[in-house]
Amino acid sequence: MTDRLSRRRLLTGLGLAVSTPLLSACDRLGQSPAFRGFLGTGEWLSYRVQRLIGASAMATEYPQSQLSPQFRTNGNTRPASAEYQRHAAESFTHWHLVIDGLVDAPQSLSLASLRRMPARTQITRHDCVEGWSAIGQWTGVPLAALLDRAQLHPDARFIVFHCADDFRGTQYYESIDLVDAFHPQTILAYGMNGKDLPMGHGAPLRLRVERQLGYKHAKFVMRVEAVRSLDTIGRGRGGYWEDQGDYDWYAGI
Amino acid sequence: MPLSRRDDATVVNRHRPSTRIWHWLNALILVVLLMSGLMILNAHPRLYWGKSGANSDPAWLEIGNRSGSGFLRIGELTIETTGFLGVWRDAEGRTQTRAFPSWATIPSQYNLALSRRWHLTFAWFLAASTVLYAGWSIVNGHLRRDLLPRARELRGRHLWSDLKRHARLDFPKGAEARNYNTLQKLSYIAVLLMLLPLMVLSGMAMSPALNASVGWLPELLGGRQSARSIHFISAMALVSFILVHLAMVALSGPVNEIRSMITGRYRLPRDRVP
Repeated sequence: MTDRLSRRRLLTGLGLAVSTPLLSACDRLGQSPAFRGFLGTGEWLSYRVQRLIGASAMATEYPQSQLSPQFRTNGNTRPASAEYQRHAAESFTHWHLVIDGLVDAPQSLSLASLRRMPARTQITRHDCVEGWSAIGQWTGVPLAALLDRAQLHPDARFIVFHCADDFRGTQYYESIDLVDAFHPQTILAYGMNGKDLPMGHGAPLRLRVERQLGYKHAKFVMRVEAVRSLDTIGRGRGGYWEDQGDYDWYAGI
Repeated sequence: MPLSRRDDATVVNRHRPSTRIWHWLNALILVVLLMSGLMILNAHPRLYWGKSGANSDPAWLEIGNRSGSGFLRIGELTIETTGFLGVWRDAEGRTQTRAFPSWATIPSQYNLALSRRWHLTFAWFLAASTVLYAGWSIVNGHLRRDLLPRARELRGRHLWSDLKRHARLDFPKGAEARNYNTLQKLSYIAVLLMLLPLMVLSGMAMSPALNASVGWLPELLGGRQSARSIHFISAMALVSFILVHLAMVALSGPVNEIRSMITGRYRLPRDRVP
């Protein structure tokens, strides 16, 4: 019995002696730039494999009966900028969406002219990086139609969305590749659940990029910019959370 | 001529190199996935059934805190978990209100982005090692010869006696110890062919991009939030397996067992002298 007890004590001691340095080793590894690069393997593989097996696959669309009774908001729900506040007070009647960068025909489109373009309505599931999901109905202009109208330049590789909201003075932005930009379910939505897009969900216009996680779905979109590289935008990682919190740029998983 | 003690103990080659390499790799991968997974769950420690689910929807499992005490709620059952889940003290003695404490998570401080990087990189290793090892076990006969129970082993009476021997901690001796016993075979098969694939598949079912290209997968599991719940339940099943597995190793001769998983050499426990 004593034999077994001391053995147990030995094992417990061994367990603690192994786990404590293991944890701090993991923390240290997570801070080393080289190991962080290694931890990017998953994103790299997921991006390539998911593009390989389903670049044009359509996200599931649901019937009306599946709509979430309450669709929670997340991130900024009321941009602080004076310009945005003025537009909101005027019900966005003087607001314009700018499309520029690597395009041959830059655009400045009012909300009314966006609404006059052929629209797409889809009921899809929104998956937050935190883990929750909500199903909502979105109505808007396919991004492909806007990029065609602006005559995207062949050198363009990414589409960047500049937003009206900020976190402590740093403007929100996001970016996607051309596969997602020209996907039929990628829309700039001005309507949600049959009504105007509420402010908490990104009025007057938000991105829906249905095959990626929530933080890619930029809200309060003011300007769409076509670029060759993401290096010169923000801190160069392709989005606000990517820059600030080291979130993966590809959020398909 | 009396046998010397050396001759008395028969040493056999118990585990192939493929099994030994896979075992330790898998141990490392599973620890990283479990601990980074708990950090991911910290971001939203509520589980739902169905396609969607968020704060205003009913959760079947929830970890939280209310007026200073931590709780775990499963259905109607609420358990106070202060100090362990929901409310706990960190290494500096400060009170924290995340679901899982820092000693259980990678990284130890709240960081969803970094835990996702650990998790989604090591997930690829788990998928690869599971497919390679299960495939190789079929090819080299390990599955058929060592893991699949024989028909007679699945008879009720045999299973019952195996169960009783486990409960009495009466482990196989001598020649009998050359092979896995029936409960061992069943649990190893369940882990290799059911739990590990279910972990990978339920993880994949949460990916919005894979929801588009392999939409039948989340559908099969009852929707994305159900897949998330199944992912957690099968992770807890794996944790239970590992705890029992470690207890069995400790009780049946840890040095011999661990050595056999490192060098392959296993000393058959001697038959009791009548």
